[in-house]
Amino acid sequence: MIDTIFSNLALIIGTTLMYSTPLIYTSLGGVLSENSGVINIGLEGMMVIGAFAGAAIGYFVGDPWIAFIGAGIAGGLFGLLHAFASVTFGANQVVSGIAVNFLGIGIALFLSRMFFEGATMTKSIPLDNKMPRPLNGIFPKGSFFSIIFDNQYATVYLALLMVLIVWFFMYKTKYGLRLRSVGEHPTAADTLGINVMRIRYFAVIISGVFAGFGGAAMSLAIVSNFRPTLISGHGFIALAAMIFGKWKPQGALLACLLFGGAQGLAVFLGQFDFEIPTQLISMLPYIITIVVLIGFVGKSSAPSADGIPYEKEHKN
Amino acid sequence: MKLAFKDLRKKLYIFATEKTIGFTLISIFLGLVVGAIFLAAAGFNPFQAYGIIFRGIFSKPSYISYTIIRATPLILTGLSIAFAFKTGLFNIGAEGQYIVGAVVATVVGYFLHLPLLIHIPVVIVLAVLAAGIWGGLAGYFKAKFGVHEVISTIMLNWIALYFQNFLIYTKGFQKPGGETSYSIQPTANMMILKTWKQSEAGREWLLQNPFWKDLLRTPMNWGFIIAILMAILVWFILNKTTLGYRLRAVGFNKFAAEYGGINVNKNMVISMFIAGGLAGLAGALQIVGVSHKVTLIAAMEGYGFDGIAVALIANSSALGCILAGILFGALKYGGAKIQPFMQAPSEVISIVIGSIVFFISIPKLIKVILTKKNKKGDSK
Repeated sequence: MIDTIFSNLALIIGTTLMYSTPLIYTSLGGVLSENSGVINIGLEGMMVIGAFAGAAIGYFVGDPWIAFIGAGIAGGLFGLLHAFASVTFGANQVVSGIAVNFLGIGIALFLSRMFFEGATMTKSIPLDNKMPRPLNGIFPKGSFFSIIFDNQYATVYLALLMVLIVWFFMYKTKYGLRLRSVGEHPTAADTLGINVMRIRYFAVIISGVFAGFGGAAMSLAIVSNFRPTLISGHGFIALAAMIFGKWKPQGALLACLLFGGAQGLAVFLGQFDFEIPTQLISMLPYIITIVVLIGFVGKSSAPSADGIPYEKEHKN
Repeated sequence: MKLAFKDLRKKLYIFATEKTIGFTLISIFLGLVVGAIFLAAAGFNPFQAYGIIFRGIFSKPSYISYTIIRATPLILTGLSIAFAFKTGLFNIGAEGQYIVGAVVATVVGYFLHLPLLIHIPVVIVLAVLAAGIWGGLAGYFKAKFGVHEVISTIMLNWIALYFQNFLIYTKGFQKPGGETSYSIQPTANMMILKTWKQSEAGREWLLQNPFWKDLLRTPMNWGFIIAILMAILVWFILNKTTLGYRLRAVGFNKFAAEYGGINVNKNMVISMFIAGGLAGLAGALQIVGVSHKVTLIAAMEGYGFDGIAVALIANSSALGCILAGILFGALKYGGAKIQPFMQAPSEVISIVIGSIVFFISIPKLIKVILTKKNKKGDSK
């Protein structure tokens, strides 16, 4: 009896980690961009292009890490596009972010049709070329830890490491301080000699890289190809997780784990013949989020200069 | 001659930089150019592709009808988002409000048995009310608990999606053997001349009138007219009523509005209620006019997200939403045809739309380019 409880618990923890991973990368991207003062509603599009690039490079090159990095670069290019509009040209950041979303799905499917004989679904990556599972077989078979860790891909551990790195960067280094100061009070930062434009460019491009990683964590690990509905709203959920986590990396991590956890619970409960249909269980994560936001978190506030284009005053 | 050209260029400059519509038209043109570049880079003739799209929209009465049918929900979701924008709210939830409208319309259309002229209005009103409440919830959460509407509407979208799927698997509503619901009663069907089209006399008449036969082949319905009336109504509410004045004041400056004695919280809820109702109307019209039933959905269908682009291209103007919705509907319907005719990816349309929105986000870029050219012209 206790054994089954433990193995079920392990199963839920395992699926939680699995489903949270793509969200963690992407919402870290959101954290960096928005703390520098640029709203990034284009995370969804950046994730889509990352998922496609990961799956396509993985299929043609075969090495999962090259594919993963390629996905980051693809996401970063879209970040560059967003930065170009919102930093250099003072665009309405919501508008250019929405543009990135359309471009992301459009270009991903366009390229998929070009490289995969007219199909919008890429060919599957052979199992051997997927992300490695570093802890597979280390724990005794059937034990609590083996159920949790056997099937976790390297992307899972990397995501957790990235949370730590981003947290350290933001709160323990001078560059992180600069990034946050640019998001809170760009004029003051500028007077102190901080290059607002450069920091915002950096933050938005890195945010694209992270979203690209998030997409690839989906297409290279959880599944093994790209298809049009693979990333359907995950970027928006990551965005919500970032707001939910009060624009902080550690907060975003917890919010992503909540989403992943509720999804894990839904998958777990779905295998039983319950009276409650799976469709209702699938609603849980979203209902829980709203309830938590209403009951416990309260008002959340963005970095003060979030969404406001920065312009140097011109001397005439 | 050269002088006239310079004059023209100056006029173009003023048109493009000082008039919103001029700037929008230039953005649309540039978006099409980006699409052409993608097509050309992939080895397709962009002129041929745009030719196919153009003919695919205009060359037959039925094509025009399909374009209008495609545009109808987009005009309404666009209006929904534009309306919320005017109040300073970002309604990402049009997607879910659309679903709620469609589901409620199907439930009321199937389970209720009412006379012909009453059934359709009852279906539409109940669907709009339900979707309005769905949207209003997000406004209420924001007003009462400070929950960011972007998060709450994203969550409500997914809840709505799973709710639709749950209902489809419910006994008595699910059509046996399929992953769809039963179709609504004939009394709730808003297709134009539906029974006549299939009657003996109707078929005979249509055989002799090929124009009408082609036109009536499509699920032509009153939805488009309703959408246009709604756009006019939204324009009227926003610009000619005290409610609209209050809503815009809240959107313009929340604190000033509050200081001026406007109840900001109440107006946020009202705004989201109306926005939700508009998106729900899109869903309801799709049911009574086109699809007549709901089916299992694996992912978001995109009416709400496309509506965001419509609202942005329209610069949140209610009447602009009509034009932007038609443009969007036309590109989507006509764009799908380059796939079968020349094996060119029809997704180029998403690239075109993304580029249009992208250029719209950066008025400064176009200004800079045109100013440079103009200056060069002056110094000569």
